[in-house]
Order: sequence, then structure tokens, then C-alpha cells
Amino acid sequence: MDWFITPFSYGFMRHALLAGVLVSITCAIVGTFVVLRGLAFIGDAMAHGVLPGIAVSLLLGYPAILGAAVGTIIMISGIGLITQRSRLSSDTAIGLLFVGMLALGVVIVSRSTSFSGDLVRILFGELLGVDTQAILIQLGAAILIAVTVLVCTRPFLLLCFDPEQAQVAGFSARLYHYVMLGLIAITVIVSFRTVGTLLVFGMLLAPAGTAALLGRRLGAMMAWAVVFGTLSVYLGLLASYHFNIAAGAAVVLVAIATFFIVFLVQAIRGQRVRRLELRPPHE
Amino acid sequence: MKEQTRIDTSNQASNLGGTVCLHAQHLDIGYNHDTVVADINFELHTGQSLALVGTNGSGKSTLLKTMVGLQSPIRGDLTAFGRKPGSAPRRVAYLSQFHVSGFVLPLRTIDVVRMGRFPILGLLGRMSREDGELVTAAMRTMGIEKLADSPLWSLSGGQQQRTYIAQVLAHRADLIVLDEPTAGLDAAGHDVFSRAIRGELARGATVVVATHDIEDASTCDVLMLLARRVVAVGAGPEVLTPDLLLKTFGIQIPHH
Repeated sequence: MDWFITPFSYGFMRHALLAGVLVSITCAIVGTFVVLRGLAFIGDAMAHGVLPGIAVSLLLGYPAILGAAVGTIIMISGIGLITQRSRLSSDTAIGLLFVGMLALGVVIVSRSTSFSGDLVRILFGELLGVDTQAILIQLGAAILIAVTVLVCTRPFLLLCFDPEQAQVAGFSARLYHYVMLGLIAITVIVSFRTVGTLLVFGMLLAPAGTAALLGRRLGAMMAWAVVFGTLSVYLGLLASYHFNIAAGAAVVLVAIATFFIVFLVQAIRGQRVRRLELRPPHE
Repeated sequence: MKEQTRIDTSNQASNLGGTVCLHAQHLDIGYNHDTVVADINFELHTGQSLALVGTNGSGKSTLLKTMVGLQSPIRGDLTAFGRKPGSAPRRVAYLSQFHVSGFVLPLRTIDVVRMGRFPILGLLGRMSREDGELVTAAMRTMGIEKLADSPLWSLSGGQQQRTYIAQVLAHRADLIVLDEPTAGLDAAGHDVFSRAIRGELARGATVVVATHDIEDASTCDVLMLLARRVVAVGAGPEVLTPDLLLKTFGIQIPHH
């Protein structure tokens, strides 16, 4: 029993747990829509596109969160511009944009004296080094995102269902699409300090993806995503403490392992269940 | 320039005594700058039904999208309720031809039908008991009330189509615009749909349907034959002639 509790008698572990749980709540809510709308690639692009912004602000001595914000704004406008000219394959263009931003970020960071240290910190975060301020920012973001999603549930649902349907129903498909991208951006901006830009993407996708396999309703899916995310944070931190491995990466690995375990269990058992479901309760 | 058979529908309309619901004048429709159909003229009165008949790519869907404001007219005028299309979402329901695969969406049948009330409720309006009753009634009309709690992905194609139609019915819109609504429906589903549309017309709604089913179309007050141009507009018997159908479909329609 001690094995599961003792690590959290340390302040830095409690901070990490608290920050991690807040990250997983934020990522669960936003990730649900990322999974349902198939925005994984855009989320990925955004998570990596922030790198040059962070790098510049580190070099110039500004808060990294400011640079991350500028980075995501550039990414959102870039993606918006690309998707409007849809004759160009947007996959290719968005891919190039984000690899370009990533490379630019590395180029900028390489000017820094502590190149690899900075890069690792940006990509994988410092879950074991979060301070109270970071936790408060994370908490603020979680509340902002939860309230926004609560208010926008209907247009978001319609967007998942059919963007044209949303438009005809009087909810601007474009406006709410950008609100959704904005929520992804906020998640990335506030989460990169804890889990890093590379791993925040994993936390956006894995718990929500696992939940998509189980949830029958939107609310249930989000709740499952929070459960899986929180569980991953807890188990990941335990593993990190006991086996002396990188905390952020351990958390994401647990989240992704959970996805594949649930996926496999469903693939083996699910066929039977699904066949039962497929028989409609005919009159 | 282009030959066009136009049959005057104004007599019929004034007999019904309705106000103008849809009005098109020298309307060119299309995407960006590619005109799909040029110079469309028609008037549809409240409570009437209009069928757009033509093959795939004839311009049916483009005209429907223009009517609901998803697509801007390239030239000319189109008004719905005397205003720009898309400016009265509470009054207009639209069923598009293609749906995003409901496979991954965590929605039950009833959740999908409830979406039909969203235009009325807006962002934060509470779903009242009356809303709930309209949702239940729509599902009963389409014969899917027993599937209410089933996940959307577990339904057959026909049952999903019935669900989407039920969503439109739950809206209680003044103008109902349907793109190929009977695609994927079996004979029983087809009957259920026809009855539902008669019900909507009976309560005073205006209905526009795109179809290539001539029998469906012949029950409408006004027909428009499209083949990337307006071949003819008018009442069924005047428009459904072998000659005009040949021009629309490019093939000979066998006589029964």
C-alpha cells in the first residue's frame, strides 16, 4: 500500500499530481472533440508549431507562455489559410507547416547555450518541477475550457454531426470551428510546461480515444476520458518515482498503453457485443 | 439562349392563397465562379411543395444549398421569406445528402433527433417538455421510437436515414429542404416518409425535395426539371412529358 501512497508525501509529487490531474481534465474535454471531429492532425500541428514561439521567448527572456500563445496564433491562422484554399491538399500543407515550425524552433533553440536541456524541457515538460503559479494557470484554463464547452455544447455537437447542419441551424460553422481550435490552443499553451509540447498531444488523444471506445453519450465519453487521464497521471507518476524514469513520458505511455489494452479487449470481446447491438429491437 | 419551358404556376398559387415562401429571379447558382445552373426563375408559395428532378450533378443539391444559405448565388436574386437565405435559421430545416459516418459519434438516436430542436433553442435555451414531446412525436412518425436509446452506429442505413428525417420533423420548420431523403430507405421507409411529408404540408410547411424518383416528384405541387439548366418548371402533368424527361435524363423513359 505504501508503494502507492508514500511517493505523494513529497511536495513536488503532490504538485505534479495536481497539475497532471488538471492537465488530464483539460485534455479530456478538448480531446473528446479532437477525436470526434478528426482534428488529431491539426492538434498535432498546433502542439509542435508552438516550439519556435517558446524558443524565441526563452532566448529573449520573456515568459514562455507568451511565446507559446504567439506560436499557436500563427499556427491557427496558417491552418485557416490552408483549409480555405482546399484545392491544395490541406494534409500536406499543414504537415509542412508544422514540420517547418518544428525545425525553426530547433534552429532557434540551438542558438541557446543549454541547447539540449531547453529542448527536452520544451518537448517533454517538467512535471516534477511545476510551481504553484503553473498550477493556478492550469486551473484557470481548465475552468475556462469547461465553461466554454458547456456553453457551446450544441454547436459543437452539430459540428461533429455535420458542419452544414450547424450552419443551417444558425450556428456559424466557421466561428465555432475556430472556438474549438482556440480551445486546443489554450490546452497546448498551458500544458506544455507540465507534460511538454510533444506529450500534450498524447494526453489530448489517448484518454479521449479510449473513452470513444466506451462512451455511449458525449458526457459519458468525457467522464471516461477524465478517468483514464487521471489514472494515467497517477500511475505514470508512481512509475516515474519508483523506477526513476521521466515523469511526463511515463504518464503518456500509460495513457497510450491503456488505449491499446481497451482496444484489444474490445476487438476480442466486442465483435460479439456489437453483433448483439446490431440486431435492432424490432417490433 | 437556352430553350426553357416555363409553365405559369401563379394561378395555382393564388388558388392556394399563400404568401411567397421562395422567390428566384434570374438566379445563377454554382461554386466560386463556376456556374452550375443559370437563369433560374420560380416562385413557391407557403404550403406548397417543390420537387427538383434531375440526375446527379444536374444542379439539384447546389440549388438546395443556395436556398438554405450554404452557398451564395453567383448572380441574381433568391429570397426565402422575403429575406436572404440563411437569415432565418429558426424557420428552415435542411437534410443534406451525405452524412458524416455516425460510427464514432457517441450519440443515441434520440440525441440526433433532439438536435432538430437546437435552431429553436439556440445556444442556451432549455429543452422544455414541449420540445421533448415534439422529439418523441417525430420519432413515432418515422417509426423509430423503440430505437431511441440505441447508439447511432448500431442502426442500419435505412434506420439512420429515418433518424435524420425525424430530426428534420422535430424542428417544425416553416421551410423544409431535403436532399435525396429517400436514399437508403426501403419500401416501408418510403411510405413512412411520404406520410410524414404529407403531415408537414398539412400543418402549413413548405417542402422542397431533390429526387430522381419521378413518382415521388409527381406528388409535388411544382416540379423543376434540372440538367445543369432549367429544362422546365411547372405542375406535374405539364412537366412530366416524355419529351421533357428525355431532355432531363438524356434517356427514353419507358411508358407503363
